[in-house]
Amino acid sequence: MTPFLIAQIALTLMVFVALLSSAAGMVYMERKVAAFLQQRVGPLLVGPKGLLQPLADVIKLMFKEELRPRAADRILFALAPIISATAAFAAFAVVPFGAETTFFGLLDQPLRLQVADVNVAVLVIFAIASMSVYGIVLAGWSSNSKYSLLGGLRSSAQMISYELSYGMALAGVLLMANSLSLTDIVNGQSGTWFGFVPRWFVFLQPIGFLVYMTAGIAETNRAPFDFPEAEQELVAGYHTEYSSMSFAMFFLAEYINMVTVSAVATDLFLGGWHGPLLPASFGWIWFLIKVGAILFFYVWMRWTLPRYRYDQLMAFGWKVLLPVSVVNLLVTAAAVLAFGL
Amino acid sequence: MTLFYLFGGVAVITSLLVIAQRNPIYSVLLLIASFGALSGLYILLDAPFAAVIQIIVYAGAIMVLFLFVVMLLNAPHEDTDLDIRVHPMLHPGAMRLGAVLAVALVGELIWALTNSNVSGSFPAGPVVSVATIGRRLFTEYAFPFEVTSVLILVAMVGAVVMAKQDSAAKGKR
Repeated sequence: MTPFLIAQIALTLMVFVALLSSAAGMVYMERKVAAFLQQRVGPLLVGPKGLLQPLADVIKLMFKEELRPRAADRILFALAPIISATAAFAAFAVVPFGAETTFFGLLDQPLRLQVADVNVAVLVIFAIASMSVYGIVLAGWSSNSKYSLLGGLRSSAQMISYELSYGMALAGVLLMANSLSLTDIVNGQSGTWFGFVPRWFVFLQPIGFLVYMTAGIAETNRAPFDFPEAEQELVAGYHTEYSSMSFAMFFLAEYINMVTVSAVATDLFLGGWHGPLLPASFGWIWFLIKVGAILFFYVWMRWTLPRYRYDQLMAFGWKVLLPVSVVNLLVTAAAVLAFGL
Repeated sequence: MTLFYLFGGVAVITSLLVIAQRNPIYSVLLLIASFGALSGLYILLDAPFAAVIQIIVYAGAIMVLFLFVVMLLNAPHEDTDLDIRVHPMLHPGAMRLGAVLAVALVGELIWALTNSNVSGSFPAGPVVSVATIGRRLFTEYAFPFEVTSVLILVAMVGAVVMAKQDSAAKGKR
């Protein structure tokens, strides 16, 4: 085995572990921020400042009894959380999170900070996102429960509707960058305008960014669009009948999906690992800061906005978000043609 | 070559299992697996764009709609008793028509396979780049492309009209 191959395998393992721990970190952040916004203190007892609370939650979930309703479809009931978690992990594989590095000369050729370099990366993320619907839909159907089925149906309708706007928002950036590779898109955003404004696509595509973020919240089933699991109406939606680790896998998938959506937003709109002060080999620190900021924004939105009504969600998706994103795409295409941006 | 047989085998077996299932949900899932294997074959042919589009359009969008409809009708098992409550497509007449169509399809396939002169490896390159696909689609194949999109538009308008009629009739009652 060459050192390069070992580094590649180590990088892959590191991304896996980082995603797992980011979910734990997100749970802690979510609870602390929620507590702050509601003037509570949040988790406090387990570990210093409650930092070990996610670990305690994981241990609790692991030792709980695994329950399955008798009327449930055995194979699909077991398969659904696996599909959800696998899709969540797989999507991050094509996301680059730093510039090429040789680890201070340790490697003879530069290693890309990315698990798999695919030249149609944006489309791969889109494809895996469309696969993750199946986890939720199958969980809803196989549980053989009214609440689960309604949650699954809502989820599929919602994700189909918002995927369109999501794709249109991505297409605007693709036109600007003239590439489908995320690495090329990030490298197209290096440098500054007038010496101080970073050349991020968010300034060229503000509407695209807004549409992307809104559709991203809907795609990850977060409040104010968390209809698949609306507690007051559906108990817990598609995962009502799940317990123990299979429930934990849905939970994990939801948080990892959030991390992926934020990481893709950072690469597409916020200049990825480009930033001032730090040298290029430490660009991943900028990447982490930007992703953290978007994740905080998500949590903030969840605890600030009330849930919409379901018909409002559908009307908004088809009558506002989709037309806006189509017009944005047309204007972008015209601008690229006219000015050759 | 091992990968070709792996993906090809999975595609053939899952496609056969699709029609051997009693439960429509399993049929839908096996069809998705078959599309996944097909997409693997596209990657082996150096066409990553076609592979990803196969997943997004077929496995991602169309099959979700299939699953949606199956779930909405909530039909865990196909009814095989032939009575009035059975779907018209399952009456003997419809089944005979289906048999005729199946024979026609097999005939067409045999005709196509024996008459085609495509052999050996086809030139790689033109299918790889997304830009090339786009350019050819809008120049060389512009007419078929536009005809297809008009067809889809007509189908969409038709679906909306039919859905509207249904809800209008319900409103009157």
